[in-house]
Amino acid sequence: MDTGTVLRNLLTLAWLLPLAGFVAEIYALQLRWSHRLSKAPAQLAVACIGAGFLCSLSALLYWGNATEWAALKPAEHGHHAEEHAGAEHAEAEMSPVDALHPAEPEAAADAEHTAVAHAAPVPKFYAGTFYKLAQFGPLEITLDWYIDSLTLVMFTMVTFIATCIHLFAMGYMKDELTEEYEDHQVHLPGGHHFTRPGRFHRFFAFLSLFCFSMLGLVLAGNIFQVFIFWELVGICSYLLIGFYVERHSASTAANKAFIMNRVGDFGFLIGLMILITSLGTFRFFDVENDGVEQTGLFSLIRGDDGKLDVSDDPSVTKSVVYLRDSHGHRLADGTTPRTISYLLLIAAGLGVFAGSIGKSAQFPLQTWLPDAMEGPTPVSALVHSATMVAAGVYLAGRFYPMFPPEVLLGIAYIGCITLFIAATIAVVATDIKKVLAYSTISQLGYMMLAIGVGGWAAGLFHLVTHAFFKSLMFLCSGSVIAGCHHEQDMRKMGGLRHKMPLTAYTMLVGVIAIAGLAIPGVGNALFGQALAFSGYHSKDAIVASALAFSELNPNPLHNILFITPLVTAGITAFYMFRLWFMTFAGQPQDEHVYEHAHENPAIMTVPLLVLSLLAAGCAIGGEDGWLYRLLAFSETVPAVERATSARVATIVLPSHHDVHDVHGTAGGMALLAAFAGTAVAYLLYCRKVVNPDDIRRQAGGVYDFLVDKWRFDTLYDVAFVRPCHIVASWCQGFDQKVLDVVLHTSAAITVVVSKWERTFDEGMVDGLVNLVGTSTTNFGRSLRVIQTGRLRQYVMWIAVGVVVLFVALFTALPK
Amino acid sequence: MESVGLNAYLFVGAVLFVCGIVCMAIKRNGIGVLMGVELVLNGANLNFVAFAHYTPLGLDGQVIALFVIVLAAAEAAVALAIALNFYNNHLTIDVDRGNELQG
Repeated sequence: MDTGTVLRNLLTLAWLLPLAGFVAEIYALQLRWSHRLSKAPAQLAVACIGAGFLCSLSALLYWGNATEWAALKPAEHGHHAEEHAGAEHAEAEMSPVDALHPAEPEAAADAEHTAVAHAAPVPKFYAGTFYKLAQFGPLEITLDWYIDSLTLVMFTMVTFIATCIHLFAMGYMKDELTEEYEDHQVHLPGGHHFTRPGRFHRFFAFLSLFCFSMLGLVLAGNIFQVFIFWELVGICSYLLIGFYVERHSASTAANKAFIMNRVGDFGFLIGLMILITSLGTFRFFDVENDGVEQTGLFSLIRGDDGKLDVSDDPSVTKSVVYLRDSHGHRLADGTTPRTISYLLLIAAGLGVFAGSIGKSAQFPLQTWLPDAMEGPTPVSALVHSATMVAAGVYLAGRFYPMFPPEVLLGIAYIGCITLFIAATIAVVATDIKKVLAYSTISQLGYMMLAIGVGGWAAGLFHLVTHAFFKSLMFLCSGSVIAGCHHEQDMRKMGGLRHKMPLTAYTMLVGVIAIAGLAIPGVGNALFGQALAFSGYHSKDAIVASALAFSELNPNPLHNILFITPLVTAGITAFYMFRLWFMTFAGQPQDEHVYEHAHENPAIMTVPLLVLSLLAAGCAIGGEDGWLYRLLAFSETVPAVERATSARVATIVLPSHHDVHDVHGTAGGMALLAAFAGTAVAYLLYCRKVVNPDDIRRQAGGVYDFLVDKWRFDTLYDVAFVRPCHIVASWCQGFDQKVLDVVLHTSAAITVVVSKWERTFDEGMVDGLVNLVGTSTTNFGRSLRVIQTGRLRQYVMWIAVGVVVLFVALFTALPK
Repeated sequence: MESVGLNAYLFVGAVLFVCGIVCMAIKRNGIGVLMGVELVLNGANLNFVAFAHYTPLGLDGQVIALFVIVLAAAEAAVALAIALNFYNNHLTIDVDRGNELQG
């Protein structure tokens, strides 16, 4: 078996195991293999996802061995000046289109042969088709797979975090192991609480289905397949957010998440339609069918050198992008070259990105994510930190080659706005989970910003590191909530580090990681430039990309793209340490909560420890570390040289070299901001130099504005919900005043006509029938008289009859 | 030998027939009614035999007469059985009492 087949089999197994788990768990009671008080469904779910993790990890290791860890060799990703020239050459050789296609054994063998001959390029990706669903003319709807190092890292990350969260949830959800679960947040009339059977098995079934959907999304080899799993992820999040469906807030939050995602998905669909009409394929990669090469999306747009082949037409509306095949030749129908309008390409890119906006809770669709905290905390950890919201960033990363520079600029600004808005709201949030929710939105903004300014690898690097430390922090908050008997208000906590030390110090690891604190100057070959946890390295990479971008683009407006994340880095450090100080440090604020707080059992704390190790160390080495290099290996549009575009706007995307030049400056400034934020948080919430309440009173207007989440919900309420209600009430009025009247009138007329008909039926039709009946009866009754039963009388009649007959015969017959 | 002629036979047959009819019509005793039936049958038989002798019909009339006799015997057997059952049910054989089939 060649490498591609092995990887495909391993990842397919990891992908399908949770689906099998889902089927078994959702029918646990019906199939009678488990009962409501049994932990067996959870154990099955853990087994499935754990086996999935082992498969993913072995796939990653197998891939590494098969490629002799080429991805980790520094020469191929020259962000060091001296390696730059060589790297350019290597990158050109390894552009995606040169990669072999393992579905075709001949080609694979050929390519392997070539690889040996040139002693160089290992394939950047493996791809192929599972199954062809349908074919409409030239358009094929297929289930494809596409495996590169990004897929492998995502698989390993998702399955690992999901395993930890499954284990944690076994402890967290144990309240559901009962025949009568009393929901204290649902009040029935009469002062009772709502009771229902526990839904332990259903929770784990949904978790399994969610893992299946997310893994399917990552493995998908065409954009349509991505869309299918995209929607599956959406419905899973709907089910999980609304897990406590009887709570009004939970069902509303589930609806809100689902509907706001639909808004984004509408854009996604438009993007898909543009792609299908203009390019005629959904596939990412090239395939060969009966000797005819079908070029995939990436090659069509980016050719073999990763550049857009734009016509020289001075007018933007008329300029087109020539479609090319994997060898860089322009494609043509007869003599006319195949093209796509530049504006259409922008529209398609924006459309697909709209899907990402919805799923990753970016501005202006960010309001659903904080509400989604209504779900159980393990759900928040899985769905809203590490995986589902990451799907949006993953899509933006995966679809990166399709985005022209103008779209990237839009992505950068959206990310920039989002990260600032969310961070400011997080400063005033008091619900421990809401702080984390806003910090998630903010960090997702960072990732989008990175992708938008051309720091593809930096964005996905942050995606992975963020997944580790954010799921860690969500689980810690879950541990706090479970330990404090479902108290989520930070103002009632404080001093909890004495009661739950494990939770407190693992949380501290996450907080330091997200804040991006580091000890500069002690860097060495192993740790990279500075001794720091993962968040420092990834955020540093993003800020450096942003600085390089703003330096290369003379437009002063683009400075915002650098200044905002820098300032926000400080705010991030502030609100995260504020959370930690309010919760774990200082004096207990609520004696009752403090008295009853307790550390959780091992099944909940062990995942915290494991995750905290990874949150601290997964990005070890920074941009020279293994994780960054693994991800950067999959970079589909190599940023080895500056890419200048002057279509709609003049944009220069920085190269690795540019980013590297400003790395020191950006990292130093980000670190400074983080330390400043930490210091402020320490002074305000730990040392209490100034009472935060005083500041709140001083800046009342701003405070209220932030507490109201920048009034987005109010704005949407006024702009969309209210008009919708008004239109709905008009429709209701129309229904009641016009349609109902028409209906009622016609009903009344029908009744009247029916009454007439009844009279006619009863009088005429029935009368005739009855008349026939009665007359027959009467006739029969009159004949009864003859039947006297007297024998002698009959004889008389016979005799008389004979005589009469004779007389009649003799008189009537002629002689 | 001088024959009395066909008409004499027909006359005797008619007298027998009418006697039988009258007997059936006026007797209340079931057995009497049965006797009337026999008279009617034999009146008819006499006609058959007479016509067989005096007309070119030949043996046909006599054969039919034989059939009638056989039928009469069978009829008498059935009718006597009826009379017995009638008696069992009514303790009499007065046919006027057997009017259950009145309409």
